[in-house]
Formats: sequence, structure tokens, C-alpha cells
Amino acid sequence: MSAKPNPRVGLFVTCLVDAIRPGIGFAAIQLLEEAGCRVEVPQAQTCCGQPALNSGDDKDAADLARRTIAAFEGHDYVVLPSGSCAGTMVHAYPELLAGDPEWAARARDFAARTHEITSFLVDVMGYRPRGRRLDATATYHDSCAGLRELGIAAQPRALLASVEGLEMRGLEGNDVCCGFGGTFCVKYSSISNAIVTEKAEAVERTGADLLLSGDLGCLMNMAGKLHRRGAKTRCFHTIEVVAGRAGGPAIGEEG
Amino acid sequence: MNAPQQGFKERADAALKNAVLKIAIDRTTGNAERKRAVAIAAFPEFQAARARGRAIKDHVIAHLDHYLEMFERNATAAGATVHWASDDAEARAIITRICLEADAKLVTRAKSMLGEEIGLPHALADAGIERVETDLAEHIIQLAGERPSHIVWPAMHRTREQVAILFKEAHHPPPAADDPATMVQSARRELRAKFLGADVGISGANFLVADTGATCTVTNEGNAELTTTPPRIHIVTAGIEKLVPSTAHAFALLRLLVRSATGGEMTQYTTFHCGPKRPGDADGPEEMHIVLVDNGRTRMLADEFRPMLRCIRCGACMNHCVVYRQIGGHAYGGTYPGPMGAVLTPVLDGLAQSRDLPHACTMNGRCAEVCPVEIPLPTLLRAWRTRSWRERLEPRSVRAALGLWAMAARRPWLYLLGSRIGVRALRLFGRRGWIGSLPLAGGWTAYRDMPRPSGRTFMEQYRAGQAGRAGQTGRETRK
Repeated sequence: MSAKPNPRVGLFVTCLVDAIRPGIGFAAIQLLEEAGCRVEVPQAQTCCGQPALNSGDDKDAADLARRTIAAFEGHDYVVLPSGSCAGTMVHAYPELLAGDPEWAARARDFAARTHEITSFLVDVMGYRPRGRRLDATATYHDSCAGLRELGIAAQPRALLASVEGLEMRGLEGNDVCCGFGGTFCVKYSSISNAIVTEKAEAVERTGADLLLSGDLGCLMNMAGKLHRRGAKTRCFHTIEVVAGRAGGPAIGEEG
Repeated sequence: MNAPQQGFKERADAALKNAVLKIAIDRTTGNAERKRAVAIAAFPEFQAARARGRAIKDHVIAHLDHYLEMFERNATAAGATVHWASDDAEARAIITRICLEADAKLVTRAKSMLGEEIGLPHALADAGIERVETDLAEHIIQLAGERPSHIVWPAMHRTREQVAILFKEAHHPPPAADDPATMVQSARRELRAKFLGADVGISGANFLVADTGATCTVTNEGNAELTTTPPRIHIVTAGIEKLVPSTAHAFALLRLLVRSATGGEMTQYTTFHCGPKRPGDADGPEEMHIVLVDNGRTRMLADEFRPMLRCIRCGACMNHCVVYRQIGGHAYGGTYPGPMGAVLTPVLDGLAQSRDLPHACTMNGRCAEVCPVEIPLPTLLRAWRTRSWRERLEPRSVRAALGLWAMAARRPWLYLLGSRIGVRALRLFGRRGWIGSLPLAGGWTAYRDMPRPSGRTFMEQYRAGQAGRAGQTGRETRK
């Protein structure tokens, strides 16, 4: 895949990044610009609709899909710092709107333009960071939606391999769910807790300084559990490290 | 069949507190996961075999009437009697009638999840017929008075240490030692007399072969052969989705089934039963009855759950499920646990009774990834969620919260405002980066801390800094 020069990219920030950790959004803008993109942040965006979709509320999910598609009309690409929201847009939007003659084709076109950020940078833009250095050990958790719905596995690792001084350590069960699951983690909180406890134990066994992943929901779940357990592991979104922003506070730290 | 479905959360919580259960689950599912991975790695044509397996099942499901008639014709020609049961009650009635007409006192049974689905163990007890489970794990379940917790290893929730205690109480004489070999010998001795004295043997079927009229059963213990051969009467119970066109198709699916279930290439025993004993045969039953059970399957044929009819009952989905591996099978409350059970139980027991099951899933997709016939399990679970929403089975609080959220999400200005207010409010609850306790989010903070938002939303900072190149100093992420 290769992009046209200086493509016009619409950044979908995602609700969690907007509210909890804006720095991920700014890291995304920085990397997209370094890769040669013209980045815009459409102000009509809200949520991808996944809470409705996963609750079985297809009507509201379809409505939010239409609004999101309309907000990103005219962008060459739609890029998100989340495999989960991207998976919803790429797979669920065309299904939700398949029976809507006015929107079915627009949903397919939108899905074809939509990318999770690490895969967009590597696969579409052929981007690698230059001159980034971080002397630390890190381990990586493959977030499920990105991994299984979008095939994201090699791209974040390729980006991280370009950061000098960063030593990656394998995580046992790296492709096993962390127990977040969106509303699952509060609806079935005791089950979620049992799952994330095993994840935290595996992360602690690596002895790595940093835990990296590509979805803020999963990261909040794992970081929150690690902190509750008293672990010293610091958690960042992959692109924060790739953008050279891991010198600042990790998730849950204040600068 | 109709076990109480209420109280999934209570059952799950009880399971989570059971440390021995967790050890048992980890042993069995961990082993299964490792062995399957090795078997698949040594089977380079696995993806092609999967596609073929799926195609075989899809073909049969699309022509189910054709193959059912062909099977009935050929099974009848081979000397078997074919019975049709539209639901579990009809199936129970047919089987107990056959047993009572044969004046059966003792029935041996080889492991069959369909038998569990139709409530056969209870039905035989109600009819006053002694039932002896001959599968080792089912023998354990029977001694313990329990139900299977896994479709391949029914007693996987019990450690061998617990089984040793059970056998010491129930076996006469008790096993001399606790090692698996001695315990197996003890069970073998207990069961041997029953095998030879049974009037009726009841088995399930892994496949129904349409062009020969044969039924196929796979086991590793040989108990199915001893259940189906010595008694005068052999009864097979099978769901109508077990059909395959020919023996070759059964083998194509066996390659997927055994590797996915146990990581083996073949089971120890793969037996085809084609009619009762013929003149000149040294052994075999005088009568063979095949009870074909619908029990909701034709309904699935017509709706969005049709892909579930492909299921070959390997158990890989539950072995790879993060939820199953924490709570085990009994917490699900239905005949079938894990992801496949969460799809099937609402079909069998009703959605109102089991709405928790399709929701108690993180949608991580690992079950679909390992499914040997490519069943899109998360998609089917989501379809149940959609029905549950449409039928207003979701709690009022959930509906109200989601309605409010969706109302705001349709209005970007309101959503942005809500986020701005929300993050400021959230900050009030935390100190030094973390929130340890939060009203309305107790499910989160009971078990883990919540990172405190950094103060201003991305959108606020982006708009404020748009002219001055927001995001370059790094300071804007903190207040």
C-alpha cells in the first residue's frame, strides 16, 4: 500500500484519549505530520458508537456511525490511536449500514479509508521514527481488537524497534485478553478482575520498566491493576514512546 | 436442560473464590491449549482443512432435509430404527419407552452432550432404570452427583486429588493408591460387571453418515465400544446437525475435531456403527435405535444463529476463553459452557433465562480464531445482545445510561461540554494521578485504580493551541 503525497488525514481522537490522556492525540498528530500527512481534527466527532454496539443497541450505533462518516467526508484517510474503535469502523459500520441504501456505499468507502495509527504509519506511509532514543526495557500487550480484527502485530513492533536503546521483552500470553472488554469490566467486574490480575502478574514477571499497548482502554485496565498491586511498571501508549514522549508522565502519573 | 439460569453473577463469584477449581481449570485448559498449538503447528494444511470443514458443514446445513432422508433410508436399510424427536421431552419419551418395552433394568451410557441437553440422566432415574456412566469422567460426575463442566472433559473442574477421595468412598474395594493408573484400574473394575450386565447401551454420535446410515463415535477409553456392543439394545441419540454426506467427510472433520479438542491426531477409538448385529456376526446388539433430535436446531437454521450448526463440539473455544478459564463450566448454568454454550444456551433455555451469558464476554475474538469450523462466535454473541436489547431484557439502569450517552453523542457540542465537565469532576476524586474510589464506577475501583484525567480534554487543548501549534511543548497535557 502506498499513499498519495501529503495525504489529508482526519484524526479520530477517541473518547478515552480525549478525556483521560490527550497526550496520545498530540503524539498521533506529531507522528502523522512527521510522516508527511496534513492532519485535521474534525470537531463534529464524538464517539465511534462501540458502547451502543456492544450493548446490542444497533439503532444508536448506526446513528453514530452515520454521524462519524459524515464528519470525515473528504479526508483521504481516517486515523485512530485505537485498534478497538478502528475495528468498529472498519468492520461494524459496513454491517450496521448494509441495509441502508443511502449509507451502505459510504460506509464501505469510509471503512476502506480508516486505519489504526501504527498500521497506517507503517503500511500506508512507510514511516519509521528517526533519532528517537529511550533507555528502558519494555514489554508489549497485543490488544485484541487490533490484533484479531485488523491484524496489527508487526507494525507497532517495527516502530518500537526503531527507538534506540529500547529493549523489548516478550510477554507471556501477549495475545490473551486483559479483561477490559469495554462495559464488560464494570458489568462483570469480578471476572474482569480475575483476568487482569493474571495479566498484571505476567507483566510483572517480565521485569520490564514499561508496558506498552495500542488501546487506552486496555492500558487503563492494566495500569490501574498494576498500580493497585503496587507494581512499578509504567504504562504508555505505543505511539507516545515512538513520538519520543515517554520522558513525560506515564498513565496515572502527574508531572 | 432447564437448569436454573438465574444468578450467573452469583455462580461466577462463587467459582472465582474457589482456588481448587482454578487449579483444576488451569491444568486441563492449559494442557489443551499447549497440545492444540503443537498439533496445529505440525499440520501445515490446517487453514485449508478448516475451510473444507466449514464448507462440508455449510453444505449439509443447506441441504439438511435431503441428507436426513438419505440417512434415514440407509440406516433403516442397515436394520436400525430411526426415531424423530422435535424437542427434549419427545426425545426422553422415546428413549424411556424403548427401555421400558425392553424391560431394561440396567442401562450403560457412553458420554454424550446431547444426552445431557435432553435431560436423559434424570429421565432414566424417573423411569426407575439404573444408569451407569461408563466414560471415566462421567463416572466421576455420576459419583459426585454433578453435571459436566466441559464438553470434552466433563469432570475437569475436579482435581485428581479430589477424585481420589471420591473413589475411596465409592469404590469397593477402594483404590489402593492415589496415582492415576491405580485409580483408572479401580474404575475399570467397578464398571466391568456393569458393561456385561446392561440391557441397553446408550451412546451419542460425533457424525451421522448419510450415504451409509452409520453413526460414528470417537473416544479414548474404549468405553463406548463396551457400551454399544454387549447389550441387547443400542440407542444412539444425535442432534440433526451431526450429518455428513459420506465417510470421507467424517474423516475430514475428524482431523479438525481431534486436533482442536485434545491435540492428538486421532482418538484411540473411532467406531462406525451400521445397523444391529447381522447373521454371522460374533457380537453386537439385536436392536439399534437412532433418535434424531431437533430441539431448536431447525429454528437456528432459519435465523442468524445458523453458523452455530457447524459446531463439532471440540471445546477449543472454551479452552481459549479468558472468562471460562476463570469461572469454569458450571457457572454458565446451561448444558454447554464457554463461548459455544453462551450462543446455544439462549436457544435451548430461552434468552430471558440466560441473557448474562452473551454479555459476559470481552469480545476478544480468540474463540473464533481457534474454532476449527470458523464459527464467528463474537458476532453471534453480539446478535444475542441485539435481541436482548430489542426485547427490552436489559436492566433499566443500563438502558437509561446508554440512552443519555447516545443523546449526547449525537450532539458534538454537548458531548465536548460533557467531557470537559466530566474530566474536571473526575479530578476531584483523585490525588497524585490516581483515583482509588469512584461513585458509579465501583466495578472499576473495587479492583483497580483509575488514572486521573490530565485536566483539560484533548479537544479543549487542540482548539486553544491550534494557532500556536498545540502539542509541541508537552506541557499542555497537564494542568
